[in-house]
Amino acid sequence: MNRRKFIERTTLASITGLVGTEIVYGLKIPRGYVPLALQDPDPFKLFNKDKDMVVLNDKPWNMEAQAHLLNDKVTPSSKMFLRNNGLIPEEIDLYSWTLTINGESVQKEKTFTLKELKSKFNTHTYQLTLECGGNGRSEFNPPAKGNQWTIGAVSCAEWTGVRLRDVLEDAGIKDDAVYIGYHAADIHLSRNPEKEPISRGVPMAKALQDETLIAFKMNGEDIPLAHGYPLRLVAGGWPASVSGKWLTEISIRNKVHDGPKMGGTSYRVPCETVAPGEKVADEDMCIIESMPVKSLITSPKTGAILKKGQKLQINGHAWAGELEVEKMEYSIDFGSTWQSCTLEKPVNRLAWQHFNAEVSFPKKGYYEIWARATDSRGKSQPMLLPGWNPKGYLNNACHRIAVKVA
Amino acid sequence: MKNGSKLNNEFEKVFRMVVVTAIIVAVFSLLLGYLIINPNFFDNEMANPEDSVEIILQNDGEDYEKIENGIHVATGFVDAPGMKETIQNCTNCHSSKLVIQNRMTKERWKTTIKWMQETQNLWDLGKNEDIIIDYLVTNYPPREKGRRENLTNIEWYQLKE
Repeated sequence: MNRRKFIERTTLASITGLVGTEIVYGLKIPRGYVPLALQDPDPFKLFNKDKDMVVLNDKPWNMEAQAHLLNDKVTPSSKMFLRNNGLIPEEIDLYSWTLTINGESVQKEKTFTLKELKSKFNTHTYQLTLECGGNGRSEFNPPAKGNQWTIGAVSCAEWTGVRLRDVLEDAGIKDDAVYIGYHAADIHLSRNPEKEPISRGVPMAKALQDETLIAFKMNGEDIPLAHGYPLRLVAGGWPASVSGKWLTEISIRNKVHDGPKMGGTSYRVPCETVAPGEKVADEDMCIIESMPVKSLITSPKTGAILKKGQKLQINGHAWAGELEVEKMEYSIDFGSTWQSCTLEKPVNRLAWQHFNAEVSFPKKGYYEIWARATDSRGKSQPMLLPGWNPKGYLNNACHRIAVKVA
Repeated sequence: MKNGSKLNNEFEKVFRMVVVTAIIVAVFSLLLGYLIINPNFFDNEMANPEDSVEIILQNDGEDYEKIENGIHVATGFVDAPGMKETIQNCTNCHSSKLVIQNRMTKERWKTTIKWMQETQNLWDLGKNEDIIIDYLVTNYPPREKGRRENLTNIEWYQLKE
């Protein structure tokens, strides 16, 4: 009897024996599913991620980059954060995959195969910044519930696909349309097929923008499975949860979309600012739309030791949701004085912008280089944490790195 | 002498065969007897697909119990009263990592459990609820962070010119 055969004949009783505790709802474990306690996958191999990526959660899979990993102008898949609300779909059949446009405000429900989508509509390519609404959550005080993202839940990849607008217009949009909501093939953590892990959306104005894509390629290749293969909605500049992966359906709604993670504290913040830790009533919470202005120093990696007199080249990226970054500065004296950085224009709207500067230090000692971006409406990143909110969204406080001159 | 030894050898061979045959017959009769009592012995899986699970084993089972420096190695949980109940009830749907990275007060752990029951199909925890909440708030309480913390865990390195 070989090992595999033995394993196949293992019964629930013996798994329970191995795990050492009772498996609650064990009988509901589907065939072929490996209980987490017995799983030991290597996520870096599984998702082809850089070894310096940080795993925050393995069920569902959530991983973030570190600042120095994000130095590329266009983020490669290996350094792109991974955020899942549910389980990654297990079977994807390209030939039977379809996208249905439906909802109260569609003129005529329509279903497209992948082939039809690609041949019927013009293809467009944009670099689009996707940042998790909860990026920076780990710094909030009192702490906010959820994955404790630090700074690495942001990316700017090159996405290729058809415009959502073209596809919606092909099906026909009724005059009373206010919102679109996506539906996807991911699996709820409870494995209840009736439940969707997440189904979010955007108002019509965002849905109809040139840069809002139904994408089938990322960085010139098929979208990696963990990032939404074969189809992903991509709406740059907004919380990345709006960019639904494994897309199967888009509903044109005559009201604000009400799928899971559209209500309560999910991706919503107090409409008016509140004191840290304050309770906020449901009706006083507003859906996050554009992400705020933010920047990252991606080179050098924090912890650099320089010789006295040695100059330091710094570079990084800045982004501002729907807006453009107009000014980029750095400080080596904790914000007492600010020097300007060279800032590039974005490749296209909603792409992050690159900055660089040459930094000199007056004398030996410990320094922090703080980076501060200002958007086209004059709003800058705060040095302290911005307004507290129950789920710890929208932390756009200045990024900083430590440097020693020895 | 030579002939006598050959005869002895022949006799031994026959004797051994008889013994082996007797053992085989005995084993088969026992098996047959068991099959009469439990006819589903060989098609256990087919008869009860519900309680049979196909799994691929990647860890050795005994590793699962391992505690190192007060930490349960397989889950990363602090080894303290209530850990077993927490593993049993909390890691079926999500990773222990999601629990460990969070810090909450008693009230907020309770609210989180309630939220999971309302929206995420978490079952009624019964008497385990208090055990689990006590474990969480004892081992994963909030930590005062202020409005911005010092940079920590810096790995210093010499930057090349």
